[in-house]
Amino acid sequence: MSIRDLFTISRKKNTDNITKREDEKAFPEGIVTKCPKCKMIHVTKEIEKNLKVCTKCQHHFSLTAEERIACFLDKGSFVSMDDHLQTTNPLNFPAYVEKIEIDKKKTGLNEAVLTGVGALKGMQVVVAVMDSHFRMGSMGSVVGEKITRAVEKATELRVPFIIFTASGGARMQEGVLSLMQMAKTSVALKRHSEEGLLYISIMTHPTTGGVSASFASIGDYNIAEPQSLIGFAGRRVIEQTVREKLPDDFQTAEFLLDHGQLDAIFNRLEMRDKIATIVKLHVQGGVSHV
Amino acid sequence: MSKLMAFEEPVVKLREKIVELKTIATEAEVDMSGEIEKLESRLQELEKNVYANMEPWDRVQVARHAERPTTLEYIERIFDDFIELHGDRTFKDDASIVGGIASFNGQAITIIGHQRGKTTKENIRRNFGMPHPEGYRKALRLMKQAEKFNRPIICFIDTKGAYPGKAAEERGQSEAIARNLFEMAGLRVPIISVVIGEGGSGGALALGVANQILMLENATYSVISPEGAASILWKDASYAKQAAEAMKITALDLKQLEIIDGIIPEVAGGAHKDKEQQAIIMKEYITNTLNDLNKESAEQLVENRYTKFKNIGQYIEQ
Ligand SMILES: [Zn+2]
Repeated sequence: MSIRDLFTISRKKNTDNITKREDEKAFPEGIVTKCPKCKMIHVTKEIEKNLKVCTKCQHHFSLTAEERIACFLDKGSFVSMDDHLQTTNPLNFPAYVEKIEIDKKKTGLNEAVLTGVGALKGMQVVVAVMDSHFRMGSMGSVVGEKITRAVEKATELRVPFIIFTASGGARMQEGVLSLMQMAKTSVALKRHSEEGLLYISIMTHPTTGGVSASFASIGDYNIAEPQSLIGFAGRRVIEQTVREKLPDDFQTAEFLLDHGQLDAIFNRLEMRDKIATIVKLHVQGGVSHV
Repeated sequence: MSKLMAFEEPVVKLREKIVELKTIATEAEVDMSGEIEKLESRLQELEKNVYANMEPWDRVQVARHAERPTTLEYIERIFDDFIELHGDRTFKDDASIVGGIASFNGQAITIIGHQRGKTTKENIRRNFGMPHPEGYRKALRLMKQAEKFNRPIICFIDTKGAYPGKAAEERGQSEAIARNLFEMAGLRVPIISVVIGEGGSGGALALGVANQILMLENATYSVISPEGAASILWKDASYAKQAAEAMKITALDLKQLEIIDGIIPEVAGGAHKDKEQQAIIMKEYITNTLNDLNKESAEQLVENRYTKFKNIGQYIEQ
């Protein structure tokens, strides 16, 4: 590890000032924003009010973890966990620690997932939100550990666990340690599940590789945002293997829904309401048959 | 005849030279026994040296060797009364994963493993040991069955990875792998996983959430193939040798990273040099491992598996 790691001060999360900071992050253009899909020019402030969903074509712009928390949980209810965990360099990869440092500054996060306890329409939940702006949301030891601890917290509090995934997969620079995080998070989820507790996985763009092939796909409810790329293998790898043209909608949320891999696709504008309804149906009105 | 691997070349060359010398000596009726003896002891020395100093990339070659023993070859040498069981009950029987029940030192067990082919024809049938979702679902079905009848589960890992194909994605490759990780976590019977060849990424891990993970000395276990890593790191797959080193994929590396529990030694030059002897060594290791696990209660097995995986990872807590 580099000496710089030792002096990194973990930042205090404050979800209320998100809207002030997001301009410089997601929309460097400033006042106007062009939709990459339909090319429509939006007034940035207007599209932010619309949770960064294009009013014309429904394209969902990517959110930072903090923006996701702000539009999903009850205002001011979120308390983050494990912001002190720091990534190390187990395989001594050149420039790895430096790259982590850059993304820490860019995102204000200690790693590619933000975890914590909060309230969803008054119901206590533990949430984990992956952030694709941090090393493509890839999963190394810290991401695996943060998610595992968050699941354990949900088990301890006996509350639902909700994750928003956004990840390119396992983090190559941590080699097989990254691979093993798939197993680690899964064993924690199994224990949570055996307690009869609720787990909702919400896949956002993109959810691929090792993340898709572990916790993202084993929710009691597997939900996705529209048009998200979700899949195990990369499109290019598959094209080289099967030597046939893949359909345009291949590995989109809609493709997965059609093939029976998802329970539902929810538009971001209705996500909070729909998920709150699912949670409500589990924590209220249940009859114990024990 | 075994295919020649680059690192073995000096050994093979010297061996050929000795044979040549012996022929000459016989034909010319001259006494060269002193010379031959000297060369033979040099050969022994060289062999010891070459096989003791194998680089990660050399081990990759051994792990991929066409004649390296497969799951079925170990099954036939280690277990009795093996009955293969087929199919996932939903879609089809994936021949890239084999499974069944057998007797091991008198104890009923379930055995599941990736299965490569030995010939081109068999490899096509077995999809080069790269499973589709139905393969993982067959594996899970057999594991649940093992749990019902209180049988330990022994998994052999030997795959380049889960198959990256259109149909595999349509049928939920991600979910199939993820489901196995999740369900294996809760099984109330002992699980032993042995990496016998290549352990490629999630497709390998889907048989790997075990109480004890063992690796053959020349097996590899990795998040991405050396070629894949090289093309990302250096934009050039020909740097695979360097990537094999950097990615830390050998049995010794995984032991040092505290991921695996034990290394099973291989016969000199690799398991393919003497399958019978290798199976005997393998049997001894699995016997000892299972004897230990047989003493644990179902609760302990689940708890210990949890702790084992919970502890994998490196980070700084400050
Ligand atoms: Zn648009």
